[in-house]
Amino acid sequence: MELFGVWVAAFLTLCIYSFLYRDNPFYRFAEHLFLGVSVGYGIVLSIHDGLIPFAWNPFWKAVTEREPAGLLKLIPIAIGLMFFARLVPKHAWIIRYPFAILIGVGSGLAIPNVMDASIFRQLHGTLVPFAQIYAGKLGPFEIFGAILMFIGVIATLTYFFFSVEHRGVVGGISKVGIVFLMVGFGSAFGNTVMGRVSLLIQRVDFLVNDWIGNTIQSLPF
Amino acid sequence: MIFEKMRQQIVVYALVLVFGCSVGFSQQPAPPENVNAFDTPNDAGASITITWDKSPEDGTGAEAVTGYHVLRKSGDSEFEVITKSPLTAGETRYVDKGAKGGPAYTYSVQAITASESTVNSAETAPVKAVGNWFHFGKRWIFLALILFSVAVVYSIYHARRGKEIFIRRIPGLEAVDEAIGRSTEMGRPIMYILGLGSVSDVATIASMNILSQVARKTADYEMPLRVPCNDPIVLNVVREMVRTAYVNEGRPDAYQEDDIFFLTESQFAYAAGVDGMMIREKPAAIFMQGTFYAESLILAETGNSVGAIQIAGTDSDSQLPFFIAACDYTLIGEELYAASAYLSREPMLIGSLRGQDYGKLIIFGALIIGVILELIGVTWVTTFFQRV
Repeated sequence: MELFGVWVAAFLTLCIYSFLYRDNPFYRFAEHLFLGVSVGYGIVLSIHDGLIPFAWNPFWKAVTEREPAGLLKLIPIAIGLMFFARLVPKHAWIIRYPFAILIGVGSGLAIPNVMDASIFRQLHGTLVPFAQIYAGKLGPFEIFGAILMFIGVIATLTYFFFSVEHRGVVGGISKVGIVFLMVGFGSAFGNTVMGRVSLLIQRVDFLVNDWIGNTIQSLPF
Repeated sequence: MIFEKMRQQIVVYALVLVFGCSVGFSQQPAPPENVNAFDTPNDAGASITITWDKSPEDGTGAEAVTGYHVLRKSGDSEFEVITKSPLTAGETRYVDKGAKGGPAYTYSVQAITASESTVNSAETAPVKAVGNWFHFGKRWIFLALILFSVAVVYSIYHARRGKEIFIRRIPGLEAVDEAIGRSTEMGRPIMYILGLGSVSDVATIASMNILSQVARKTADYEMPLRVPCNDPIVLNVVREMVRTAYVNEGRPDAYQEDDIFFLTESQFAYAAGVDGMMIREKPAAIFMQGTFYAESLILAETGNSVGAIQIAGTDSDSQLPFFIAACDYTLIGEELYAASAYLSREPMLIGSLRGQDYGKLIIFGALIIGVILELIGVTWVTTFFQRV
C-alpha cells in the first residue's frame, strides 16, 4: 500500500515536470487535481481551524452557559457575515464596511511594525559599527565594511527619493544605489538558486530511490 | 556475643544514617530571595512577570543550585510547577504567559541542586494579570508616526492647493500603456497577478491600487482583464475596485466579473493553475504586483515563455532578483508603493508620496548625524534607537 502511494506521488511529479516540454493532458490532469484538492483542503481547514474554534464554539458556549460576555463574539461574526451581502446585488454596498475594517486593522497592525523593523532597527544596525570604531574594537577590514554599508544605505535611500529629479549629484548617488541594489540582488539570486537546486535534488532522489529503488526491491526475482 | 556485635553494628549504622541525613539537611541550598510577582506592563493581560534574587549557592558551593522552577497557585489550590524544564542557574526572571485575566495568582521560586534536592522561596503576594490599553514602550514609534503623518498631510494640503509636485520617471510604470496597447493590437487578454499576500499586506494594498489604474485603461481599450486571486477576501476587494474603475470610466457594461476569480489558497497549486492559464490563454501583457514567494520565478519564466510583456513589482527582496531576471520591467520595493500615485497623478496620492520623501529625508539626517556623533564618542543616538 505504501508503494502504491509512492507510485501515485511519482506519477504526479512526472505529470507536473512534463510541463517543461509543453502543455499536455498529463499536466492538465495534475494541475486540476492539485487545484481541486487544495481548495477542498482549504475549505475544511477554514471550517475546522477558523469557523468552529473562533466563531461557533464561543457563541454556543455563551448561549448554553449563559455568559453574556461571550456574546461579544457576535460582533466579529456579524462583520464576517457582511461579506455575504455581495450575493444580494441590492445590498452589495454593505461589503464595503468589512473591507474598511479589515484594511484599517491590517494597516494599523502592519505600519508600526514596519516602522520599528524597517526604520529604527535598520538605523541602529547601521550606527552600531561606528560606535565600535570609536571604541577601537574593529579591525581595518571591518571598518571598511562599516563605511561601505553606510555609503550603501545613503546611496540606496537616495534612489528611492521620488520627488527629486535624479540628475547631477543626486543622479550620481542614486546610480551608486542601483549598483548596491544589484549586488544585493545578485547575491540573493545565487543563494536562492542553490536552495532551489537542493529541492530538485530532493525530488530526483525521491524518484530514483523511493520510487525506482523500492519498486525494484519489491520485485519477486 | 554475636547478638552484642550485631547490636553494636546496628547502632553504628543508625548513627551514620542520622549523621548523613543531618549533613544532607544542613547542605540544602538557601532559597531565592526577594521574589516578586507583578502584572507584565504593556501587554494584553495574559502574563505575569516573576523576578527574584539568586540563591547564594547559585552555581557555587558543595550543593550548588543548578536551576530554578517557578511554582504557581490560585486561591487555596496547591502550588504546581509551571516551568516545563528548570530555568538555568543565574536566571532571575520569568514571564508566566499562561496566566489568565481574572484570578489572582501566588508564586514561589524553587531552587534545585544537582542531587535534585529542592528548596522553595517565600510566597509572593497575590497578583492579577491585567490588560493595558496603551503600550507605552512604543511611544517613540507613535511619535515618529505622528511626525511622518504631519509631513504627509502637509504635502497633501499643498498638492491639493494646486502646487506642482515633481515625480521622477519610473520606467516600469511608463510601460503600462505600452503593455496594454500591445495587448489591444494582438487581441490577447491582460493578466494581473496580485501574489499571495492578504488584504492587510501593504504590498497587496499597493497592488490593488495599481490594478485600479490598469482597469481604467483596460476599460478604455475594451480589453479583457484576467485576475486569478489567491485570497477570497482580496478577490472581493479587487472585484469591487475594478467594477468602480469601469464605472468611473463610463464603461460599466464592459466589466466582466467572472474574469476576476478565486483559484486556490495553496501556493504551488496557485502557481500551477496560473501557469496553465498563461500557456493556454497566451496573454500579451502580464502584471505581477504584490507579495510573492518561491512561485515568483515559476510564474515569471512561464510568462516569458509565452512572449508576454511583463511588468513585475514586489517588496519581497528575496524574489526581486527573479523578477529582474525574467521580466521586462520591475518595480523595486517602494516603487511599488509609489506606482498608484505615479499612474493616477491624483493630488492626494502625489502629496502623500512627497510626504514619504520628507520622512526619508529625516531618516537620512538621523543617519548622518548619528554617524558623526558616534565617531566623536557621543552614543545617545544609537542608545535611543536600541531602546525604541
